[in-house]
Parts: sequence; structure tokens; C-alpha cells
Amino acid sequence: MKFLTTNFVKCSIKTCDATTESFPLKYTNCELIQSSQDFNPDFILSMLDRLDWSALVKVAQDLGNSALPPVKPEGEMLNDVNLLQDLHTLLLETCITEGEMTCQHCGHIYYIKNSIPNFLLPPHLA
Amino acid sequence: MSEDFTMDESLDPAQRELTYVHKVYNEIAEHFSDTRYKPWPVVTSFLQSRTSGSVGIDVGCGNGKYLGLREDLYMIGSDRSSGLIGCAKDLGKEVMVSDGLSLPHPNNRFDFAISIAVIHHFSTPERRTQAIAEILSKLRSGGEVLLYVWALEQEKSRRGYKEGDPQDVLVPWVLQKKVPKRVKQVQRRKGDPKPEPKTEEQLRIEAEEEEKRKEAAKDETKFRYYHLYQKGELEQNAEAAGGIVVSGGYERDNWYAIIRKP
Repeated sequence: MKFLTTNFVKCSIKTCDATTESFPLKYTNCELIQSSQDFNPDFILSMLDRLDWSALVKVAQDLGNSALPPVKPEGEMLNDVNLLQDLHTLLLETCITEGEMTCQHCGHIYYIKNSIPNFLLPPHLA
Repeated sequence: MSEDFTMDESLDPAQRELTYVHKVYNEIAEHFSDTRYKPWPVVTSFLQSRTSGSVGIDVGCGNGKYLGLREDLYMIGSDRSSGLIGCAKDLGKEVMVSDGLSLPHPNNRFDFAISIAVIHHFSTPERRTQAIAEILSKLRSGGEVLLYVWALEQEKSRRGYKEGDPQDVLVPWVLQKKVPKRVKQVQRRKGDPKPEPKTEEQLRIEAEEEEKRKEAAKDETKFRYYHLYQKGELEQNAEAAGGIVVSGGYERDNWYAIIRKP
């Protein structure tokens, strides 16, 4: 699972929908790999537009990266190719191959195995 | 088993889908995936018309053949079948295992969605409508989803379903199996002592093994549940789910519709 995807997944339990704690999930015991991808600055700018920045910062911290600015870069900063390159590396090239994702509202744990997150619920929670 | 194989009626809708959809897709995943590589034109043109940099979901993505059709979109695929998702991952797609009625995405975040040949696997009108509502809940206001379902009206197709036929059917999938190799006989070289003649017990075991081998090689038929959509029915479900019908039509034995979130 690409790091970018962590910005687009949450707890799948319906009763957690209305809470803000079900997103982002808390990432623990994760194994990461870097997998190189072509750098497209325009694509990163579009994604930046779509990102929930505070969720991104939280998940990056879970995974041991505290280098992100606390506020979403904007204006002049977006002309900085190095910044876009760093974001490219983080969002698209960093992949979680194994790990656990915990809902901060209900405590349910979802697993990532062989790079595939599984959000199926046991029958009593579905 | 023949085509008139009947469904166990005692099952509730979720169990029915587990037995006649999820389990079957896991069993046929590899074979099914091998047959799914050609994108359908309506789906391609829907994806081609998205704005560059859009973010979308493919609900029931199977082997993920529509993910990565355009490199300037970010698409996440999900499927209930871990078998099919395994195939998608092997093809390098961004995918996850999840249930169409409990999608693991934040609401109001996505620009578009597709759900191709998926909604017809839900086994009651309520669940089909709910599945569409679940997708719509993930779209931002004005976001669009392309839905694609199997049509009842397909008289010229191989299956020949037509108006007036039952709409809830089990459709066979013939699973071709790989034949296990015969155990090689040890070759006798010149000068080797003549082997002892086989005992009756040995012959019996060999005959049994041969029988097992033949049995394993037989094609197996699996049955998948489908609700065959009548003209106008997909639009009805989509409106009941709170969507606005933008356009729709018929292509190759299927009904499709583009639905907008208000």
C-alpha cells in the first residue's frame, strides 16, 4: 500500500463514520519499502490539493517521519522542486508491505499483509 | 450439475452472497483474472473524460484492469475477493480487500468512482440500492460514478436471457483445471536385473492413483449469483440511493449509467 493511500482509508465500521477519530488510522509495526516511480511534479501538485494534510502529518509520524511542515505548503513554496520531489518520494514511492492499522475510535485493528490491506469485518461488526 | 442448479433458499442475503459470489470468486480467481484484460469502451471513455489529477475508487475492481488506465489519475481499487485482489497486486495495482457495503474510505473525498459488473451480485433490491448509496457517500458533491450491470435483455448472447425470464439466476463458470502430471516410471537400463512382476496390491494402488488423477483433471462447474437488470431498473436503484442520473445506456448485454452525487 502506497503512503498516499493512507490519506484515503479509514475504519470501515459504520458507527465510526461520524467520528473524526476513525481517520486517519494509527499505523504500527509497519515494514516499509521504497519503490521507484517516475517523478511528475504536476501530479504531486494535484495530489497536494486533495490531501488532508493533518492526517498526512499524523501517519508520517506513526512511521517515524517528523520532517513534514505542520501546515500544507502553498503559494511560493510550491515552486520548490526539492519539496515536490520529497513529497513524491513519500507519497508514491514509500509503500507499507506489512503492518497494523488501528481505529482510534473503536480500537479495531486491520492488517496489511504482502502489501495488501484487508478491511473486511468479522460478522459481528459488519 | 446443470444450468438449472438451484440455490439454497434458506440462506439470508449476506450468506447467499458469501456462498454464491465471494467463495466462488476466490475459487475461480486466477482463471477469471486470465480472461479479464480487455477494457470495455464505455468504461474507458468515462475514465478518459476525468480531469487530470482526479482521485477515484474502483469498487469491485477484480484484477484491477481499469486501475492505471491513466497515469495522471489516482485510483484505489477494492474487492471482496482476496483471491482477485492477489491477482491485481501481482499486476502492480493499488488495491485492498473490502466489502462494498462497508467501504473503508472517508466520505465526500473522491472525484469519481466506477463499479463495473458488481452491483448485480447483491441479492436484494435494498442491498443493491445500499451498495450504490455507499459509493455515492464517498464522492464529493458533483462527483460521478459509472455503474455497469448485466442485462436481462440479452437474447442474442450465449446465455440468451430475455425479457420475461427470471431475474435472479445462478450462472455457471466452468473452471478448467490443470492436469496433475503422471508419476514417472523408473526407466530400466540395459543390464539392470529384470524387475519383479508387480503384485496385485501394487497394481491396485496404481489403478487407484490413475483414477484420482483423472478425477482431479475434470473441469468443475461453479455457480455465481446474478440479478439480471431490466431496462430502467439501474436508474431506479440509483435514484433511490439519492443520486442524479446523468446518462445511461446499453452495451454488450449490459446496462450502464453515470450517476452524479447532488
